[in-house]
Amino acid sequence: MITRISADRLPELLKQISELEKLYIPVDKSDKVSVFEEYEPGKVMSTKLNTLRSAKDFFFPQVQPMAKFRMEGKKIEVIDPRTEAEDYCIFGVRACDVRSFDVLDRVFLADPVDTYYENRRKHATVVSFACSEPSETCFCHSFGIDAARPAGDARMWMTEDTIYLEGISGKGKALLEKLDLAALSAVTDEKAERDVQEEVRRVHEIQKKMPLYSLTPADNREKELEIFHSPIWKELSDKCLGCGSCTFVCPTCQCFDIEDFDGGHGVERYRCWDSCMYKDFTMMAAGTPRKTQLERFRQRFMHKLVYYPIRNEGMYSCVGCGRCLRRCPIHMNIVKVMKAMEEDAQCETKN
Amino acid sequence: MRNEELIPRVGVVTEIRQETPDVKTFRVVGTDGKKLFEHIPGQCAMLSVPGVGEAMISITSSPTVEEYMEFSIKKVGVLTSWLHSMEPGQEILVRGPYGNGFPVDTTFKGRDLLFIAGGIGLAPLHSVINYVRAKRENYGHIDVVYGSRSKEDLVDLAEMQNEWMNEKDMNVYLTIDREEEGWDGHVGFVPNYVQELNFPTTETAIICGPPVMIHFTLQGLQKLGFTNSQVFTTMEMRMKCGIGKCGRCNIGDKYVCKDGPVFSFDELGELPDEY
Repeated sequence: MITRISADRLPELLKQISELEKLYIPVDKSDKVSVFEEYEPGKVMSTKLNTLRSAKDFFFPQVQPMAKFRMEGKKIEVIDPRTEAEDYCIFGVRACDVRSFDVLDRVFLADPVDTYYENRRKHATVVSFACSEPSETCFCHSFGIDAARPAGDARMWMTEDTIYLEGISGKGKALLEKLDLAALSAVTDEKAERDVQEEVRRVHEIQKKMPLYSLTPADNREKELEIFHSPIWKELSDKCLGCGSCTFVCPTCQCFDIEDFDGGHGVERYRCWDSCMYKDFTMMAAGTPRKTQLERFRQRFMHKLVYYPIRNEGMYSCVGCGRCLRRCPIHMNIVKVMKAMEEDAQCETKN
Repeated sequence: MRNEELIPRVGVVTEIRQETPDVKTFRVVGTDGKKLFEHIPGQCAMLSVPGVGEAMISITSSPTVEEYMEFSIKKVGVLTSWLHSMEPGQEILVRGPYGNGFPVDTTFKGRDLLFIAGGIGLAPLHSVINYVRAKRENYGHIDVVYGSRSKEDLVDLAEMQNEWMNEKDMNVYLTIDREEEGWDGHVGFVPNYVQELNFPTTETAIICGPPVMIHFTLQGLQKLGFTNSQVFTTMEMRMKCGIGKCGRCNIGDKYVCKDGPVFSFDELGELPDEY
């Protein structure tokens, strides 16, 4: 069941949702940058393809307080800083980022469950936003993601003059049912269904013309050690600065650090994003097993394209959002790695 | 408060023993005076001091000890130095247990066992050895080969001499790297000593120690005819979460904190050699 609303009623739609629960929408910060922010009347929703940082922030924030400790003499008191989170809605998440939640769920919700993540995750309703103009750095298609028909609790399409809404999960349908659709002059009819079909078809046509459309990840689960020892890594990692930008913009990177901060009023333990591209990441008193950037670079891509799929029935830890293609200072990225793996495999076969 | 994997509990250090110049053993109980949690030999716990640091430490005591847990810790960094300087009665933070532990009630059951340790590498094996001693009838013959730099660096020497050496059907072979006064035992490196002792391939071997020692000991065992599936070790990697999420101890498709730290060399052979 798809409902259509005139596009100029979007501000009213957002306002209605924000009256039901806390609402986050993507907002433009400059020509090139959009970020998710809490909605306030007057804020305009961005139609850019990707926010600068991915939507993983909502469930796995860059910095997450974990515990507080009060010390007195030899005694320690442990305090859980969390209060039960309230329900909230993330509106306008792209198909790639929606898939990244599945990738993260398989890590954080695997036994034993990470309750910090779980708490944020279960309180969220995700309304996705179908892409109308996939860009040349997009390759979600390679991972079986449909940018024109995104997953989520509910989804939205936007054409020049109309927005279309469809509930998917119980949670998403419940949210839409709570809206006063009559006040938005919304119509639920056959035309809405036909319009969406046409829009999906149009977007699929655009995708076919995109340079990365035919990129297909190889199933390398059986060739783990072969690829690990392949000579491709030297050349690929040669110029890597080890800056970690790719990991911070990546919607599926989930490595973190746990540290204590002593601000003078007790100690706060927090976790924050970390990167396997950093030398300290695996440093122990006796040294690190990943001594050069080659090993650290290899770890990141092997994890996404080989190790993670071995552990997760072939699912890749990449969603083709293209953020790393746009952000890497030396123009290295996972697409080049996938292509190098492919060429290497073809050489092997020939030999 | 819910039982949270990532939120530590408070433990009280009730006793501290100096084992060697740089190894101390810490006895820990909960604030109620009871053991904090049950564990399997070879499992680890995250110990921390607020504002100082947190580290994964193997539980040295056997699960058959009902009153407390013990940790033998070498002074190597910031946190361990802090632990070495504290006094009994100090509270610390403990969470766990983490990891798979040794297959004491399955693979090891009924088998002749050969424990090989170097330096502080005895700590994780101590728990298994005393578990096996406590359930002596479930296991066959026990051999222990243990070596350190010098006599004073041998951890748990008194316990070995007074208890292990008197245990039924159990032999303990000690060695130190260089000759010294007051030592009339074996002198030489552990891998060579293992070769000399020529253990039968009917034994299941468990190795823990510095990487180089593990490497050459495994080679020696292979020469004696041991297969990789009958040799086990426990791995060390940097860890933060202990539950397979933070990514630090990831090797191939495994997380050492959750899927390990105990692996057979058969299992390790299927992983990238990044450890």
